Amino acid sequence: MAHHSHEPEVVVLPPDKAKIALLWKTAGILLVITIFEFIIAFTIPHEYHNLRVAIFVGMTIVKAGYIVLEFMHLRYEVKVLFWSILIPMVFVVWMLVAFVYEGIKMSDINFLSK
Amino acid sequence: MGASYGKLMMWFFLLSDAFTFSGLLITYGLVRSSHKAYPGLVEKFEFSTAYWPVPEKVFDSVPFLHGVELPLVFVGIMTFVLIMSSVTMVLAVEAGHRMDKKAVEKWMLWTLLGGITFLSCQAWEWTHFIVGSDTPTKVKYFVDGAWITKDIFGANLHVNQYGPQDFADFFFFITGFHGFHVFSGVLFNFLIYYNTVTGVYNRRGHYEMVEKVGLYWHFVDLVWVFVFTFFYLV
Repeated sequence: MAHHSHEPEVVVLPPDKAKIALLWKTAGILLVITIFEFIIAFTIPHEYHNLRVAIFVGMTIVKAGYIVLEFMHLRYEVKVLFWSILIPMVFVVWMLVAFVYEGIKMSDINFLSK
Repeated sequence: MGASYGKLMMWFFLLSDAFTFSGLLITYGLVRSSHKAYPGLVEKFEFSTAYWPVPEKVFDSVPFLHGVELPLVFVGIMTFVLIMSSVTMVLAVEAGHRMDKKAVEKWMLWTLLGGITFLSCQAWEWTHFIVGSDTPTKVKYFVDGAWITKDIFGANLHVNQYGPQDFADFFFFITGFHGFHVFSGVLFNFLIYYNTVTGVYNRRGHYEMVEKVGLYWHFVDLVWVFVFTFFYLV
């Protein structure tokens, strides 16, 4: 079996039960939030548009938080890395607010010209 | 910054990719809020190019259940599939930390299955969107100085039975760009699986590549969370 000698001896460690349990718990939370979103979508009537949007956006941020912090492990990284990823997102939030506001103003103008 | 060069660069690539997706989604927000919203009762909703459609009235079909109105159910299944494949990916990363080749192989296969399932669902979703509903929408066009009315089924980049043309264009661009990310993610995942099976990472002494591609795969899931909310729910 000489030709197998280049395969290294690898020590396999036992599963980290606490960590795996945390990952499944995170998955459970994500699924519960998604189901909650569906319940909101079919129980709160469309007349309460702003309330619906507020809940959906809030739930999305919570889900994104769990994915980035737990699944992508960002919570456990060094603070410098953590903030260099999160701070640039401020510009995205600003851009979103500015452009949606712009869009609403554009629709007002279109409406008046009709 | 306490992370290896490769992981750091993956993070900054994902940050720039997040800007690209933000650009698409924010433009969608701008165009959508500049269109008139549907004014009437949702129960009486009909397709028209005069206002932005209510998304749950557009995406209300499930394969093999023709004619049954099941709003957002299929896209809910797609969301579930993608979240689950994110979980199996993170379990593959965990197994990689322990040098457990067999477990990495198992979880990478589940992740691949999830990715391929999601892509297949999206193929069906696109086909349904392009082919359209049983009854056409009458759309007015200004041709050669006169208004004509045409029966329109489905949508592409030129016509759209569901609402304003922009709605279909954004659907194709946003879900298409995301779907392309899923597709390349599946290719990367297969590469990781192949290298694991052939023992590349055992010889290298670490499974960091699983972690790096894992970051990319979670990012694809992350983007879908936003697409799901802003395109299908709101």
